[in-house]
Amino acid sequence: MAKVPVRFTLNDAEVALFVDPGANLLDVLRRGAGDLTPKHGCGQGTCGACTVRIGGEVHLACLTLAEAAEGQRIETTGGLANGAELHPLQRAFMDGFAAQCGFCTAGMLMAAKTLLDRSPNPSRDEVAEAISGNLCRCTGYEPIIDAILTAAAQMQGRAVG
Amino acid sequence: MTSIEFRKDLFANERDDTLNEIGKPTIRQDILGHVTGRTPFYDDHLFDGLLHMRAVRSPHHHARIRSLDTAAAERMPGVRRVVKPGDVPNNLNTLLSLIGFGKDDEPLLSGQKVSYKGEPVCAVIADTEAQARAAVAAVRVDWEVLPHVLDVEEALAPGAPSVNPTYPNNTFDYHERYDHQKLRFGDVQAGFAQADHIIEAEYQMSPIEQAPIETCGAIAAPEQNDRYVCHTNTQALFFSLGTTAKLLNLASSRLHFIGGTAGGGFGGKVDSIVEPMAVLGAVLTGRPVKFAWDRPEEMQVGAPRGAERWRIKDGVRRDGRIVAREFTGFFDSGAYTRLSSYAIIKGVGHLPGPYSIPNVAANVYCVFTNRTPATAMRGFGITGVDFSIEVQMDRVAEAVGMNPIDLRILNAYRDGDMKAHRRVAKNTALIECCQVAAGKAGWAISSESTAASSLVGGGEGARGTIPETVTDQEGLIGARRAGRVTDTAPARTGTGRVAAGHAGVAIVAAPPQREDMQIAADRIGHRMGSGPGAVPPPVAPRPSGPVPARPAASAGPVPPRGSITPPPGFAPPQAPPTPPSVPVPYPTYAAPPPAPPQPPAPASAAPYAPDQPFSRGVKRPGASPFLSGTRRR
Repeated sequence: MAKVPVRFTLNDAEVALFVDPGANLLDVLRRGAGDLTPKHGCGQGTCGACTVRIGGEVHLACLTLAEAAEGQRIETTGGLANGAELHPLQRAFMDGFAAQCGFCTAGMLMAAKTLLDRSPNPSRDEVAEAISGNLCRCTGYEPIIDAILTAAAQMQGRAVG
Repeated sequence: MTSIEFRKDLFANERDDTLNEIGKPTIRQDILGHVTGRTPFYDDHLFDGLLHMRAVRSPHHHARIRSLDTAAAERMPGVRRVVKPGDVPNNLNTLLSLIGFGKDDEPLLSGQKVSYKGEPVCAVIADTEAQARAAVAAVRVDWEVLPHVLDVEEALAPGAPSVNPTYPNNTFDYHERYDHQKLRFGDVQAGFAQADHIIEAEYQMSPIEQAPIETCGAIAAPEQNDRYVCHTNTQALFFSLGTTAKLLNLASSRLHFIGGTAGGGFGGKVDSIVEPMAVLGAVLTGRPVKFAWDRPEEMQVGAPRGAERWRIKDGVRRDGRIVAREFTGFFDSGAYTRLSSYAIIKGVGHLPGPYSIPNVAANVYCVFTNRTPATAMRGFGITGVDFSIEVQMDRVAEAVGMNPIDLRILNAYRDGDMKAHRRVAKNTALIECCQVAAGKAGWAISSESTAASSLVGGGEGARGTIPETVTDQEGLIGARRAGRVTDTAPARTGTGRVAAGHAGVAIVAAPPQREDMQIAADRIGHRMGSGPGAVPPPVAPRPSGPVPARPAASAGPVPPRGSITPPPGFAPPQAPPTPPSVPVPYPTYAAPPPAPPQPPAPASAAPYAPDQPFSRGVKRPGASPFLSGTRRR
């Protein structure tokens, strides 16, 4: 079957690939574009480990057709840091022990970043709602919520309480 | 942020106050990789030409395989190889055989019958996952559905379907002759006679799936140095390596296993199934092969924490002192042993919980059912019975009208008390934990409880009347091993299952609190006879003298199951290409065809015969550390 050309930006880099018709974006990002940060957890849109941002919105890469990414701006956790300088969310996850096995972390960070872009000063409930599509089996979520609130406070220049 | 409070006033003289890390914030050494997404999980290792393996699984709980037709699947686009049971050089294993515990009872791919829903019977290797899935759907299996059993006690009932051919009576064989693990301490019958209240209840746990976000998987590939590399998310790298070496009859030096990063495991990644499958795929195709469970497989065939059923009977004095506690436990091992036999040993060593009870008895059964095999999960073997014990403690408190914390402190073990497995309790702290917890919760406790201490009163009076088991310098029960103490255990051959009971008296439960708690008398210690449905004879007191030599005449024929001779050297079977139109004949029970490559087992084992009397296996050379009493240090 003929392959389909797809072009998009991935973390501000231009990507042009030929993909199989019907291929999902997760496979294309990982094996085609070589960005291994989104993870395959369930392949059915329930776990959120493959969460990426498309046009600034949260999407599940495993349920997104690669062809639908044509012309889109895709962001993953691979592009979250600014060179060697970590994003405040990454720093807060590190300091707050907000990851154990690390398999959900990349998706969790994408959901958190989307929340803070839209709502820089979220309530605890808003944070819980924002990551409600991302399953974590290790932490019990509390350290993750704490870390997101800490990062939000730091980004607002507030003292962390 | 959570604050940590240290109570260094407790047991201050038992430690140097040199805690340099505990209680201080720390950063995981691997977390930079996690937050940048650069932590390499097994599936982040990319291979050119990677092939994908998918398993053909049973839709039935219990079924015989009449025939397996893979001809259509082999013709499907992208299919490189169909892997069948005969391709597995040593197709029978049990996980703990690596430490010499238990009989091989589980094939990697089942050729004769399946004993749980989702059990794999063959696998397809194809260029893409989608092609492998399509080919799996094209495999035709002719199933003869068998009656199944999904409840532990139904599995012990006379005439129940026989789940696991290695253990035809549906129980694991402890010490190769007992159908259960037993604990005896003091005399529970005497204890019950002294009691003012008898409290009996049943507790039932469900299986729990570990559900890691990353499913079990492995990628194996040939290396250029005559080895196979395997990237895996196993929790037990060398366990998986050893298991792969055994199943595939490969020298372990030819296996290069790389692990160390698991996307969650919680016990569900120790069973070493995906690694031998992936390596087998690499051996048979000469290509990199990935074998990974998808989410439905993880939930259906991923081995859970096993379900447990516990009945606890307590004898309690009016003042709240528990004088006797009796357990009957049933572990649902699922169709194969995996780690349930070991979980029970752990659990029985833990009884009767952190309490000093002078009379304790337990009979715990590792039962095979047609459910998904169970395995490790956080504290397995302990957590289920601990839940039961603590709920039971609350029921006891209710029965005697006592504050439940006071009841726990009254019965808590103290330093110097003899535990039921005859080890002296040391460094106990239950009393102090209860006191601190009660204080934090604002829960009033009695002045006696407030004044109690783990350091006071242990080993006094009834708490100290039973001596510690004497062990030699190797930690072994020296007198028994040296033959100075008569082995009072029943003979290893002839009688089949050994009845549960105590001092020759079969356990007859006191009237249960509820009708549905009654254990049918024929469900415990039954099948003394030679077949399903045999009426259990009364248990005779054991002779006090030495057990006579094994009666040769009464010993049944030893099944050849334990004497597997793997073929020398791994030879990837050069299966001749099968004409596509002819279904591949498959071994049946009636007539196993001698087609090479011959799976050493179970095709070479005795025919599956559920009606056959239970013949005991022979003790393998290479003594089990459990049988010899060796302890890990």
